[in-house]
Amino acid sequence: MISEKDVKYVASLSRIHLNEEEAKPLAKDLEKILNYVAKLQKLDVKQIAPTSHVLPLNNVFREDIVRPSLTQEETLNMTVDKMNGSFKVPKVIE
Amino acid sequence: MPDEKKQFETVIGLEVHLQLKTKSKIFCGCKNTFGGEPNTQTCPVCLGLPGSLPVLNRKVLEYAIKTGLALNCKINSFIKFDRKNYYYPDLPKAYQISQYDSPVCYDGFVLVPQEKGEEKKIRLTRAHLEEDAGKLMHDHNANCSLVDYNRTGTPLLEIVTQPDIRSAQEAYDYLQILKLTLQYLDVSDCDMEKGSLRCDANISLRVMGEEKLGVKTELKNMNSFKAVKSALLFEERRQEGILQSGGKITQETRLWDENKQMTFTMRSKEEAHDYRYFPDPDLVPFVIEEKAIKGIAENLPELPFDKCNRIKKEYDLSDYDAWVLVGSLETADFFEACAKLHRNYKSVCNWISGPLLQEANARKTGISGLKIEPKRFVEIVKKSEDGSLSNLGAKDVLKQALCSDKSIEQIISEKGLAQVSDDATLEKIADEVIKANLSVVEQIKSGDEKPLGFLVGQAMKKTQGKANPKKIGEIIKRRL
Ligand SMILES: [Zn+2]
Repeated sequence: MISEKDVKYVASLSRIHLNEEEAKPLAKDLEKILNYVAKLQKLDVKQIAPTSHVLPLNNVFREDIVRPSLTQEETLNMTVDKMNGSFKVPKVIE
Repeated sequence: MPDEKKQFETVIGLEVHLQLKTKSKIFCGCKNTFGGEPNTQTCPVCLGLPGSLPVLNRKVLEYAIKTGLALNCKINSFIKFDRKNYYYPDLPKAYQISQYDSPVCYDGFVLVPQEKGEEKKIRLTRAHLEEDAGKLMHDHNANCSLVDYNRTGTPLLEIVTQPDIRSAQEAYDYLQILKLTLQYLDVSDCDMEKGSLRCDANISLRVMGEEKLGVKTELKNMNSFKAVKSALLFEERRQEGILQSGGKITQETRLWDENKQMTFTMRSKEEAHDYRYFPDPDLVPFVIEEKAIKGIAENLPELPFDKCNRIKKEYDLSDYDAWVLVGSLETADFFEACAKLHRNYKSVCNWISGPLLQEANARKTGISGLKIEPKRFVEIVKKSEDGSLSNLGAKDVLKQALCSDKSIEQIISEKGLAQVSDDATLEKIADEVIKANLSVVEQIKSGDEKPLGFLVGQAMKKTQGKANPKKIGEIIKRRL
């Protein structure tokens, strides 16, 4: 059972604000999705190695070589709020 | 009423975050250096811009394997990277690339030297790779936080112990030997002040003899090994106070306040720990061949424990002496270079662990930062042994030698530091002193030997400290 509380908790983890009206139907939807996926639980997968990547590739490296970075100006142009060469955000500690 | 105080056992586990000193970051080509202007060492990858793709730095994996092997870990043959999801402004992607269930290294241990040549084994759960986050500064006037993303993507190796540590001192000793090992490996600067080595601690108490672990608190914000020790000692007392009075420990993160020397509950807007790890689809997995591990193992340097044991045996030194010498790689190297030139190893060791390291510490450099090479150093040691320099004189010559390229002979003659040891000169001085202090001489002759020191002092004064004190003492005694 997915409760409204579960929905709100998951939403808060993703910083999504939901009101009561939005949370209620989402609980039902989520439950449907989970029930659907739960069918997989019934399969016997003991003999199958877990897939950790869909591409048949491994060991893709880069060498330890320094490449040019963006300038401070280029970087800070991506934010609306800056101060002293830094990104300015609401204070995160009390 | 009998005192019903319970006996508690302290249980500590440590997490060390180690910045690896590669040239570039873990997943992009940005410079991996400390102290640049804010936000000048970032790119689309470490800023997490849409469409950018991280690619693992080969050297980072090599350093992780190297460290793992030195810490007696097993190396996973298959590793992958996972996303650890949380929102915090120092994390531009809102997830940290880390390793969840396939760390590079697992099941290791560190031997911590104890008194009397014994050692304690601290087991390691794992050591995994991850990327560092940015740096936050808090502006109290502007009521905002400022973010510098230069540090984002710095390669980190997180080394996690089992809860095997039983005291704050043991935690301190573990950190010392871990740091020394890492310095020998040359994989990190290990500088806590610059944040290239950071340590968080978990601590709980349980009634002595009990198996089950008590409720733990996590301690953060310790900026030196000493601070780790102080924080653990404080927290041990705090928890014991609560438990003795029948209270309960709250599981929480506490911050160490260096000024107040106390821990405080961390108040932060960081979310509860629910990281929803999942494999990072941007990075493919890695298969580590046995051959590659072997290649790295064969190239491991001699590590502190082995070096200490070898030096002890090879040069017939005590456990204590050997540990002082292996306390840094360059000290050990300097000693061995000197030992090739002079076979009085104990004397060489004493001169290094005493005067030389004192000078190095006073200047806040290592021995390599001092302007002296084994050849001139050994010359000073020899001259103090054969009496041509007094102990003080030799120390003086050493000081002079550290700030010039002059030969030892030249320094001695320029400063007039040569010790007078030839009999004729000393006998003449002895006679003079005796003549000038006849009443003292009488006293000695009547059986009171105490004023003999006074006469030697007078002789030293006469020669501006250059007389060989042992020799002049003998001569005066003979002449009385
Ligand atoms: Zn970058």
